Amino acid sequence: MDAFTTITGPAAPLLRANVDTDMIIPAQRLIGAGRDGLGRFAFERFRFNADGSENPAFPLNQAPYRASPILLGGENFGCGSSREGAVWALRDLGLRCVIAPSFGDIFANNCFQNGMLPVRLAAADVARIAEQTAASPSNAYTSVDLERQVVVTPNGEEIPFTVDARKRGALLEGLDEIALTMKRRAEILAWQARDTAARPWAWDPVSR
Amino acid sequence: MPQTLFDKLWAPHVVADLGDDWALLHIDRVLLHDMSGARALTEVGERGYDLARPDLVFATPDHAVSSAPGRTSATFAGGARPIARLRERVKETGIRLFDLGQPGHGIVHVMAPELAIVLPGTTLVCGDSHTCTNGGVGALAFGIGASELTHVLATQTLMQRKPRSMRLTFTGTLPPGVTAKDMILAAIGQLGTAGGTGFAVEYTGEAVRALPLEARLTLCNLSIEMGAKMGFVAPDETTFAYLKGRRFAPQGAAWDSAVAAWRGLCSDAGAVFDREVTIDASRIAPQVTWGTSPEQVLPVTASVPQPANAADQAALDYIGLQPGQPLAGTPVDWVFIGSCTNSRLSDLRDAAAVLRGRKVAPHVTAWVVPGSETVKREAEAEGLHTRFLEAGFEWREPGCALCVCVNGEAVPAGKRSVSTSNRNFVGRQGTGARTHLASPAMAAAAALAGAIVDVRSF
Repeated sequence: MDAFTTITGPAAPLLRANVDTDMIIPAQRLIGAGRDGLGRFAFERFRFNADGSENPAFPLNQAPYRASPILLGGENFGCGSSREGAVWALRDLGLRCVIAPSFGDIFANNCFQNGMLPVRLAAADVARIAEQTAASPSNAYTSVDLERQVVVTPNGEEIPFTVDARKRGALLEGLDEIALTMKRRAEILAWQARDTAARPWAWDPVSR
Repeated sequence: MPQTLFDKLWAPHVVADLGDDWALLHIDRVLLHDMSGARALTEVGERGYDLARPDLVFATPDHAVSSAPGRTSATFAGGARPIARLRERVKETGIRLFDLGQPGHGIVHVMAPELAIVLPGTTLVCGDSHTCTNGGVGALAFGIGASELTHVLATQTLMQRKPRSMRLTFTGTLPPGVTAKDMILAAIGQLGTAGGTGFAVEYTGEAVRALPLEARLTLCNLSIEMGAKMGFVAPDETTFAYLKGRRFAPQGAAWDSAVAAWRGLCSDAGAVFDREVTIDASRIAPQVTWGTSPEQVLPVTASVPQPANAADQAALDYIGLQPGQPLAGTPVDWVFIGSCTNSRLSDLRDAAAVLRGRKVAPHVTAWVVPGSETVKREAEAEGLHTRFLEAGFEWREPGCALCVCVNGEAVPAGKRSVSTSNRNFVGRQGTGARTHLASPAMAAAAALAGAIVDVRSF
C-alpha cells in the first residue's frame, strides 16, 4: 500500500451531504472489475452529460480542480454500498484525501486500505477551506499533513485533526495488514482449537 | 459488570487485543457473491496466500443475474463471466456454492439465515453493506470492502475497532398495516442516515420482541442506511424455532448446547449503552421516502416538505415533487417487490394479502422477485405466484434485480417506482429512475392504485 505523509494541492469542493458510493461509481461499472482504471467512471452521472460531454458545472471538470489531490465533502460522505471500487475510482482520478465532517464507516475503512486519507473536520472548517480556495482557485493550495495531523488552509491557517492512531501508523508506513496478521497465525489456530471445544455448535454444522 | 448483547457477541471472538479498542476478531462465516467473490478468491492467491478456512465460506450468485423467467447465468451477458469465474474458483477451493436454480440459491442475506449459515452468537462478513441483515438472528454481521474481504479469506480474522453501542428500543405495539420496514424507516427519519455511524445497534423493546424472525431481518437490513455497520436482535424462542432443522443448524446434542448458549445472548439488566433511543412503535404509520436518501422519509399521510437545505432541493429536483404536495396520490409507473430487505415468504404473503382480486393499474409495471429459490418454491406451493400473476404482476427468478441494477434490469429514466428495497439513491434503480421506498404491502397497494396510497385505507 502507498504510504501517506503530506499531500498538497487545490481542494475540490463537493459539499453536498450524503454523497453515496453509488454516486461515486455506479455498480454497473464494477461487475467483475479490478482495482485499476476506474477513474473514468468516478462521479460519471455528474461529471458527464447524457451525450457523454463534460458537465462544466461539476467541480472536478473545472480547471484548477482537475488535478486536485484533495476533495472537500459534506456530511456522511461515502455512505451506502461497501464497494471498494468507490475508493479505487477516486484514487485513479488522482485523489489522495477527502476532508468532510463525517464519513460512511465502510468507505472510511476502504480509504485506509488504499492509501487514501479520510479527514474529519467541522463543517464550518470544510466550508472555510472551500471559500479560501474559491477566492483564488488557481493558486490556492491546501496541505494535509498526517504526521502532524494538521490541515493547512490556503490562507495558512492550521486546523488540527485526529485520526485513529493505528490507522495513522499503518498509513504513514504503508503497512500490509494481511502480512501483520499472518504473524499471528499460531494464535489464530490456537483460538480456533479452543473455540471448537467451547462452541462445538458453531463448528459442527460446517463439517457436515 | 453487566454486559450488553454487543459485548457478548464481540468479546468471545477476540483472538488478540491490539489495544486502543482494536481487536483481531475471528470471523465464523463468510458469504461471497458474484460481484466480488471470484476476484477476492483470485486476489488471495495472487498475494501468495491460501484460503484459511474454505469450509466457513459460502457462495451464491445474486447481483449480476437476470431475474427473467427461465433465465440462466448468461441471460444477462455482463454477469456470465464473473459467475463462470466464481464457479471455477469455488470448485478449486472446495467452497460451497449455491448455484442458480438450486435449493439454497438466493440473495446472500436471504439464503444465509434460510440455511442457518448464520447462527446466533456467530460473526459473519460479506462484501456487501447489507450484511447487517443477518444480525436479525442475533449475530454480529457486517459488510466489508474488497481488501478486508481478502484479509478474512486469507486469515479468517479481521482487525476491527470496537464500535460504540446503541440501544434502539421500540416500545408499544405496532398498529395494523405497519411493518418492520416502517419501524426502521421511521427510525432513520428521526436519527438521520449518519445517526448510527460508529455504533453497533441493538434493536429491542416490546415491538421488536413481537416481530417474526423474517421481520427482524428486515429491521436489521436497514441499519447501514442509518450509518450503522451492524445491527442485531437478541435471539429468543422465535429465533430458535426459525433455525431448528435448517440445513446448517446444529443437530441433536449440539442443538441443545447451542440453545443453552444462545439463551445467554441478551443485554444484562443495568448494561450501559453509549447511546439510547426510544421510539413509540404504536405511533408509527406506513412510511414512504420522498427524496434520494433514506432519511428523507415521512408517513404516507404527510406532504412533501419544504426543502431545508441544498441537498433537499437537489433531491426534490431529481425526484420531481413539489413542496406541499401530498405524498399519497403521487402517480407511480413501476413497483418492485424484492431485495434483501423484503423478498422473504412473509413479505410476499403481506403483499399478496393486499390484492383481494384487484388488478395492477394499466400504466404500472409491477415485479415480484422472490429472495431465494426456496422462497420461490414455497410461495408457489401456496399459490402466491398465481395470485400475483392474475393481478398483473410479473413473477420472476430470485436475485437482487431492481435493487441494484447490475443485471441488465432497470427502471427507465424519469419513471417513478415504489420499491421494497433499501436505497432511493440517485440512479440506484437506473439512471434517472425515481425511487420511493416502502413496505411490501404499501408497494402492492401502489401497484393496484397506480399511485402512492395508504395501505390501511385501501
